[in-house]
Amino acid sequence: MRGLLRYLINNHVFLLFLFLEVVSLIFVFNFNKYQSVQYLNSSNRVAASVYNYFDSVVKYFELAKDNEILAKENARLKSQHSFLQNRSDSLGSGFVQHDTNYRYIPARIINNSVNKTLNYITLNKGSSDGVKPDMGIISPTGIVGVVISVSKSYSLGFSLLNSRWGPSGKLKKSGFFGPIEWSGGDYREANLMEIPFHVHLAVGDTIVTSGHSAVFPEGLLIGTVKEFSQPEGESFYKIKIQLATDFRSIHFVDIIDNIDKEELQKLESLIENGATNN
Amino acid sequence: MFIGLVLTQVLILNHIQFSGFVNPYIYILFVLLLPLNTPRYAVLIFAFLMGISIDIFSNSLGIHAFATVFIGYIRPLVIRVISSREEDMSDYPGLMQNGIGWFLSYVSIMVLVHHTVLFYLEVFTFAHFFSTLMRVFFSSVFSIFAIVLSQLIVFRD
Repeated sequence: MRGLLRYLINNHVFLLFLFLEVVSLIFVFNFNKYQSVQYLNSSNRVAASVYNYFDSVVKYFELAKDNEILAKENARLKSQHSFLQNRSDSLGSGFVQHDTNYRYIPARIINNSVNKTLNYITLNKGSSDGVKPDMGIISPTGIVGVVISVSKSYSLGFSLLNSRWGPSGKLKKSGFFGPIEWSGGDYREANLMEIPFHVHLAVGDTIVTSGHSAVFPEGLLIGTVKEFSQPEGESFYKIKIQLATDFRSIHFVDIIDNIDKEELQKLESLIENGATNN
Repeated sequence: MFIGLVLTQVLILNHIQFSGFVNPYIYILFVLLLPLNTPRYAVLIFAFLMGISIDIFSNSLGIHAFATVFIGYIRPLVIRVISSREEDMSDYPGLMQNGIGWFLSYVSIMVLVHHTVLFYLEVFTFAHFFSTLMRVFFSSVFSIFAIVLSQLIVFRD
């Protein structure tokens, strides 16, 4: 017993070293199970308010560009609005609006990175604004990411530039879909997987969200095909896509709340449970 | 100094990048410059706190903490190896106290070890071995440059 005690005292530095490294590794491997370490990311109050303050200074330098982007979106929405109004007029009172089950929460990005292998974005809206985990994040130019963790007035999300998360993308022309993956490297490019060889492809084809998950509505712009090849011995294309969103210059985003999500998930879990029971 | 380094790192240096992946980390300066008579357990604890602070800001929980504790542990070893016995070591491992040559080799070894551990833990695979090695190398060059430069600016006579 005394020997053990002496051993512990003599090696206390090494043991402390081991202990701290093990704690670090536990943090590394548990980061995604965000319930337990939810407060140790940049949506916590201290870190987020530092970013928020810094951003409130820096944002003035970007105002001209942000203005331009917002003005463009405004113009686009206006033209869309008048077009839709004409259409609904011509359709008469029988026209039923069917895509109203999404609610948009405007937010500002207060921290963002593009140079890691796992990139995250911190937003200045939180649970008190109605933000919940698993809501999609979009910018005026295309999709951005998904919320994973929420504090009272801030939230943290996976950026599309994060190899742990990718949306499902669809070729607008042919309707074939597959997962979008970002494997590190260039922040302007990602890969579209699982598109079989018999699909006709061309450089410049548009890729939009498939709408198969409850996170994003169907048809939001993801990017365009930049180049593709048919690797030998495989059955799927290797497709490189040019992302529509410039992740270095986005500041204003919308968080998408799917109002029917709970109902959808309930239905889906019902089916899954039913399938396993049979 | 602790808070200053954390803020410099997360607000300015984390947004610096050349050709996609190079990212200098100078916050380890805090661990490098702890006086030599600091108890070893205290060095480890300080290193852990520093690493976890950077982790919280950059959403990479545990990675920086691991790498920083690691260099905190090997610090006395590195100092012993690169200092000749006759040399009268100053208690403070700074640039002015021990000369540019000594400081440069001290910083280079520590930064290289730190970045190697950091980047390989971050990708957690040896699949992209060489691209990660390139990142380690170029980021290290920038970190060493930034650290030495900061010392020249702060401690000039």
